Amino acid sequence: MNNWIQAIVNVFSNPIFYKSTLTQSTPLILAALGGVYAETTGVTNIALEGIMLMGAFGGVAGSYFTGNPWYGLALGVLLGSMLAALHAWASIKYGADQIISGTALILLAQGITGFALVELFGQPGSTDLVRSIPLVKLGGFENVPFVGSIFGSLSPFVYIAFISVLMSWFLIYKTKLGLRMRSVGNNPEAADTLGVNVYNIRYFGVMMSGVLAAIGGAYLSIGELGQFTTNMTNGRGFIALAAMIIGNWNPTGAMLAALLFGAASAFNNQLQSQSVLSLSTNTQYIFGMIPYIITLIVVGGLIGKSRAPTADGIPYIKE
Amino acid sequence: MERINFRKIFLNEKVIVSMVSILVSLVVAAIVIIFIGKSPLVAYSALFYGAFGTKEAIIDNLMKASPLILTGLAVGFGFRAGLFNIGANGQVIMGALLATYVGTQVEGDPFYLSIPLVIMAGMIGGALWAGIAGWLKAYRGAHEVITTIMLNYVAIYISNYVVNGPFQAPGGVPKSPAIAYAAQFPNIMTVGATSLSTILFVSLAAVVVIYIIIQKTTIGYEVKAVGTNPYAAEYGGISIGKNVVLAMMISGALAGLAGTTQVVGVYGRYFGALGGTMGFDGITIALIGQNDPVGIALAAFLISSIRTGSNQMQIAGVPKDMVTIIQGIIIFLVAANRIFKTMKFYRKRKEVEI
Repeated sequence: MNNWIQAIVNVFSNPIFYKSTLTQSTPLILAALGGVYAETTGVTNIALEGIMLMGAFGGVAGSYFTGNPWYGLALGVLLGSMLAALHAWASIKYGADQIISGTALILLAQGITGFALVELFGQPGSTDLVRSIPLVKLGGFENVPFVGSIFGSLSPFVYIAFISVLMSWFLIYKTKLGLRMRSVGNNPEAADTLGVNVYNIRYFGVMMSGVLAAIGGAYLSIGELGQFTTNMTNGRGFIALAAMIIGNWNPTGAMLAALLFGAASAFNNQLQSQSVLSLSTNTQYIFGMIPYIITLIVVGGLIGKSRAPTADGIPYIKE
Repeated sequence: MERINFRKIFLNEKVIVSMVSILVSLVVAAIVIIFIGKSPLVAYSALFYGAFGTKEAIIDNLMKASPLILTGLAVGFGFRAGLFNIGANGQVIMGALLATYVGTQVEGDPFYLSIPLVIMAGMIGGALWAGIAGWLKAYRGAHEVITTIMLNYVAIYISNYVVNGPFQAPGGVPKSPAIAYAAQFPNIMTVGATSLSTILFVSLAAVVVIYIIIQKTTIGYEVKAVGTNPYAAEYGGISIGKNVVLAMMISGALAGLAGTTQVVGVYGRYFGALGGTMGFDGITIALIGQNDPVGIALAAFLISSIRTGSNQMQIAGVPKDMVTIIQGIIIFLVAANRIFKTMKFYRKRKEVEI
């Protein structure tokens, strides 16, 4: 028991835990934010997982061909947005079942990235190492004890994620466009009567979800290491959806929930490496399932209650 | 005897949607194949040869189809009840694990005792795992898509944990100890390294049983009623909550059975990656088969053929992942079937009919 207390104290007193929380949360924050955009306008987007995968692959492919990881990010965003556009097209114009369409697009993304991986890099599994997006180094700040180790050199994606949260909160709650988005998501008939173009607003919401989730995916591949591996998103798109639900479909709420998941994951990783516990490699599986169980408990409404936009997931067919 | 109306069977809207979706997906795939500088004709004939060209291929194909029939039925039964069970994979794993555990405990029992026990265990394992999602949906309002996906991941971690620790057989690969010999299904025939197991009959029997449940029983009627219009069903005295849990459990039992067939008919034990893509394939199959048991059996055979043939296609220079792309396109088109309905020729035909 003392060993466990010692190990937990070690984890929490080490700045690596806090830095790792930030980096683990970054893709989740971006994708969850994407989910907020789509669902605020009334379109369920479970394809986030697939969009992230496209973003991750596009990131590496772009960086590989141009040698510039920023072009990689651009390609990732382009590919992710194309997938989102398909989802928008099917579910807004053709009133498709959004859950099934989303599932189809996840499969499509897995197929396309797996296929292109073999075609471009000659073997399945993982790509070559490519240039990743350089970290933001804060000069002398790195040497400040504790906080310097956390914030001294972070990926620009981390900053992009938090800035996006602020901007999205402002856009959704403080602007005319945001008001329209919320009205379309809650009562499309009324919004339509007042002259709001329901379809256009919904296209905007889904496309934004594509851009943000793709950036989140690109972080996984070119944010730190510079490599893509098969299905590297590993369910993060779904965890992001859960974060969005826990966060009550609100940008700041989603961010806090994503930070919670990030912290759980960082805690798990750091605990594994505590030598006082001498854990067998097998325990990683037990700890590994914790974020998923938290998600189950949360979406089961076993802690707190959240409320989705009223028309979320319901196609709007103009009379 | 009633005459079978072939016109009605083959020209109904649902069958057309499935057929056109399959066709379009194959055309799109062909365009991609041309784009990478290969011949679609060569690729597709390799695919066909890989699926039907040799005795081994046909046996392999049938053995791949049999669990897919079950996961297809699992997802399809869920759809009938208005539920999207995307977690068949997790249920396959939990069913197979429980079946394997019971299979190792029945050493010495005669086959007429051990086989039913193992099968029951597998179905219960899958049913309980899916039942969690059913309960969360019925009584806590949690969407089954998210909960079943989360349960998939938890199941994968549980299986990794047990076959790398408390339930691990000696040797390099993560796997469980073998189940009792009497609990294993006999093979019909063996050609080279592939065997045709009697588990195929389990899957075919399930098609019949599910058909009867859906068409002829009160359970089927109530589940369908809840799936079509839950409020009307409740007004008519049918409990939504009870039926959501029940439908989820039947769906899970079928997926658990799919996992069990792999234990008792193929590996004789639990293997690390036993679930594979069965659960996700089940979604494609249920959608192509339009949730009809016979349609599902045919769709399962289609998908198993594409999967079996994909190895040959890969040798011909087209990566296997093409199969996943094809499946994605099919599901997308079935979901967005209004795309076809808004096409000109379709509208014209409708007008003529009126």
